[in-house]
Amino acid sequence: MIHLVIVAFLVVASTIGVGLFLTNYPLLPLQASEQAVNIDGLFDIHWWFIAFFFSLITVFVVYSVIVFRRKPGERGDGVYMHGNTRLEIVWTIVPIAIVLWLAVIGADSLATVERRDPEAITVDVFAAQWNWRFQYSVEVEGGTVAAVVSDTLVLPKNQQVLLRLHSDDVIHSFYVPEFRVKQDVLPGGEEFTRELRITPNLEGTFKVRCAEICGQLHWDMQAEIQVVDRSEFLSWLQEQAGDCELSPEECGQRWATQFGCLACHSLDGTVVIGPSWQGLYGSSEELSDGSTITVDDAYLHESIVDPNAKIVQGFSAGVMPQTFAGILTEEQIQQIIAFIASLQ
Amino acid sequence: MRFFSTGLFRGLVAQVAGSVVGMAFVMAARVLMGEPAWSREPVIVGGMIIGALAFLVGVGSFNDWFKWARGKQVSDEITVDPNKPSWMRYFSVDYDHKVIGIQYGVVSMLLLLFGGTFAMFFRTELATAGIDFLNNEIFKVLLGYEPGPVGLLSGGAMMPNPEHFFNSLMSLHGIVMIAGILLGVGAMSNYLVPMLIGANDMAFPRLNSFAFWVNVPGALILLSSLLFGGFDTGWVGYPPLALRAPLGMQMFLFGVYLIGISSIAGAINVIVTILTMRAKGMTMMKMPIFAWAALATAVLQFSATQLIGLTFQLVMLERLLGMPFFDATAGGDPILYQHLFWFYSHPAVYVFILPGLGIISELLPVFARKPLYGYKWVAFSSFGIALISFFVWAHHMFVSGMSPYLRIPFMYSTLLVAVPTGVKFFSWAGTLWQGKIKLATPMLFVLGSIIIFLLGGVTGPPAATISTDLHIHDTYFVVGHFHDTMFGGFIFPIIAAIYYWFPKMTGRMYSERLGKWHFWLMFPAFMLLSNGMLLLGLQGMRRRVVAYDADLGFGPLHVALTIAGFVIFFSMILFAINIIRSARKGPEAKDNVWDSRSPEWQIASPAPLHNYAQPFEVVGEPYDYGLQNSPYVNMTPAGGSATASH
Repeated sequence: MIHLVIVAFLVVASTIGVGLFLTNYPLLPLQASEQAVNIDGLFDIHWWFIAFFFSLITVFVVYSVIVFRRKPGERGDGVYMHGNTRLEIVWTIVPIAIVLWLAVIGADSLATVERRDPEAITVDVFAAQWNWRFQYSVEVEGGTVAAVVSDTLVLPKNQQVLLRLHSDDVIHSFYVPEFRVKQDVLPGGEEFTRELRITPNLEGTFKVRCAEICGQLHWDMQAEIQVVDRSEFLSWLQEQAGDCELSPEECGQRWATQFGCLACHSLDGTVVIGPSWQGLYGSSEELSDGSTITVDDAYLHESIVDPNAKIVQGFSAGVMPQTFAGILTEEQIQQIIAFIASLQ
Repeated sequence: MRFFSTGLFRGLVAQVAGSVVGMAFVMAARVLMGEPAWSREPVIVGGMIIGALAFLVGVGSFNDWFKWARGKQVSDEITVDPNKPSWMRYFSVDYDHKVIGIQYGVVSMLLLLFGGTFAMFFRTELATAGIDFLNNEIFKVLLGYEPGPVGLLSGGAMMPNPEHFFNSLMSLHGIVMIAGILLGVGAMSNYLVPMLIGANDMAFPRLNSFAFWVNVPGALILLSSLLFGGFDTGWVGYPPLALRAPLGMQMFLFGVYLIGISSIAGAINVIVTILTMRAKGMTMMKMPIFAWAALATAVLQFSATQLIGLTFQLVMLERLLGMPFFDATAGGDPILYQHLFWFYSHPAVYVFILPGLGIISELLPVFARKPLYGYKWVAFSSFGIALISFFVWAHHMFVSGMSPYLRIPFMYSTLLVAVPTGVKFFSWAGTLWQGKIKLATPMLFVLGSIIIFLLGGVTGPPAATISTDLHIHDTYFVVGHFHDTMFGGFIFPIIAAIYYWFPKMTGRMYSERLGKWHFWLMFPAFMLLSNGMLLLGLQGMRRRVVAYDADLGFGPLHVALTIAGFVIFFSMILFAINIIRSARKGPEAKDNVWDSRSPEWQIASPAPLHNYAQPFEVVGEPYDYGLQNSPYVNMTPAGGSATASH
């Protein structure tokens, strides 16, 4: 009996020690969304259950091994006991009650995390091997709606945002540890578009990273997220919605950045995935079928709208998305070509 | 050069020849259809399939069945040719369940060695934030050629680049370990079940031998994936990525397919053997507890494995013939694959751990010198776990984009798994309580299993409640949780089982000193490894990445994990040295090394060719340690004088 009292005391002490450690040590990253607040609360409940059950079994096992260990030279067997049906029923029923309760509060937590705010702003997120692109719809003067495309996800603080997730190729996953949520991004068009709701509550810079393996550069598929206050967000959006009033080359650079071209095409001569744009314009390239072409406006235009038409030796068909014809305007394509031509 | 007269050698020659014939066959068919003869993927896949069949013919798995088909008689008697060295039995078709069990065990350990070696490569890479180890120079040293700017889709046989090489090693680590674990499960079931229940062999010895040998071409094909460009999808192989991966993907799919056939055939055997071949007086409730675990495992393998075979077959067909089952742009559905995949792969996880949990329950009473606490509850909890495991698969898909409401019932069912698992833990603690505990090496590994599996258990619920899973899904938290369940539920128990039954297999003792070194290196190193993984995951470290941002601060922990990984690897080398050396030179073992009540310890060590010279009778309970004059088995029921333990 005295053994049971000691063990009970040790279990309580261990539970408190482990529980306090788990709930106070910064196990989780910065908390930057309303969803994170709720989720972290559920984590805390889990930590206490983990502390208790881990302590319960570990203390019994370790105590038994130390105290009931066979002394050197000792013979004979342990105490003969077969089991206790009442005890078995107790340790079946009590865990059932606990897990059912956990499931109830788990469902409740999920409902809070996924609560829909009718005021939420919508951003379309396009994932592709291996970049992210974000598209906003903005009402500009005259009531027309303009699309703003950005390689950075800019979000207003304390405002729910509805992300509509689209993939151009394989399955990706939108994951921001500071927001505590993730959602897989599926290819296949409208039917497979999935949604994720986030309410950032902390200004700062974060990163979205792909969490579902998507090939070679999966590890590097990331984009910046900026959470700013509402007025700053609105002025950024208006600024982006305006026409590009820079020179064609500078506008081209802007589109190349926003639409993710630079994830695969470097500007300094190194080969990332596709050919570098440095010194590309005007050069001669050998194609995979053995013929040779000179890089000019027509060739670049074709390579943007129909990337598989001509493949330079050493590169592969099918890697570059074939959807740019529908995404970029003719003017934007001309400006990107002008930008490439300027990189001599 | 007796090796050249073994079945294994004949099988390998036949596999090479069969592959050539298969390739020629596909090329001929293509020419007849008016296509160019050479097309890399279909031709090589055709060779691969015919080659695997040819291996089985060459090794001799079908010999008796061919004879039956021709109306000839075959002998059911297992005979051993005294003119051949005994090791040759292990390299050819043999129907003795003990030989087959050891064949399974050796191939299992080889696969675990491959899987572990892959892990050492990418664990080294992960010690630094950037791509510093598997860079272009090392890549050249390891593979002998320079990576070029080839895209993933070139279909080239070569690894296009170091990142892809990392992804392939990581994917292969997962699936090769799983193959090794499945064979380890086969090893335990085949070696132990007949001996524990008093049978002299399995119900269907030929099927048993076939079930082992089909793994050999399966494992070879799986490993050959590295020579065909690897695959970068992780072991889950989700399309559409799996449709774009290099040819090595097909080796993954077909290799697993063959190993799945082994699971199904082996499971039928275990079920029938346990249900029909028990000794006189051995009711189900008097079976050694491992037999219950083996039975629950076999029911799972027998009823779930078809799903993975079918699913991988669909992906192979989609790649080969363009049938768009999973390509969303052509009317397929990528989510469907995930449902089909996990409908097997979740129960499969219980296939991996149930035998190990059975080993824990089997060994604890022997070393605590006490009855197994709540035998009936432990036995039924295995079936409880097996049953629930069929209703939880979609908890792998909480962020996959399946119907959001469907997640709720899966959260409930998943959390319920904790109940029968908890019953096992409480029973183990009850068994230890007030025992007379002997800390021999097998017992150390059993105790290690309990603590590690406990960690795996308590880290499950945060992944089961959906909203917390939104954070930890696809992070190192899940990786840590899974390694806890695999090490606690399989690796540590099978090591305990190998040490424990080593005298029965070889007639010799292992080195207790090396065994203790093994444990005291491996256990702390693994605790560091898995807890480090759990912590990294909580902090947002994604799984399946070759590099990570240095400013996230993960660096020091990753260095520690890499060191821990190498310590585990080194301790396993000690294990191998111990086993190999002791099998040849170890001191001779007593018949009943552990003072066990179990029937296999009442016969000679090593176990004779036909286990039991005459049938024994069960006259008591299996684990009545501490109760005087209560034998479990009467080895000579006709003679009258009981020679059972105690």
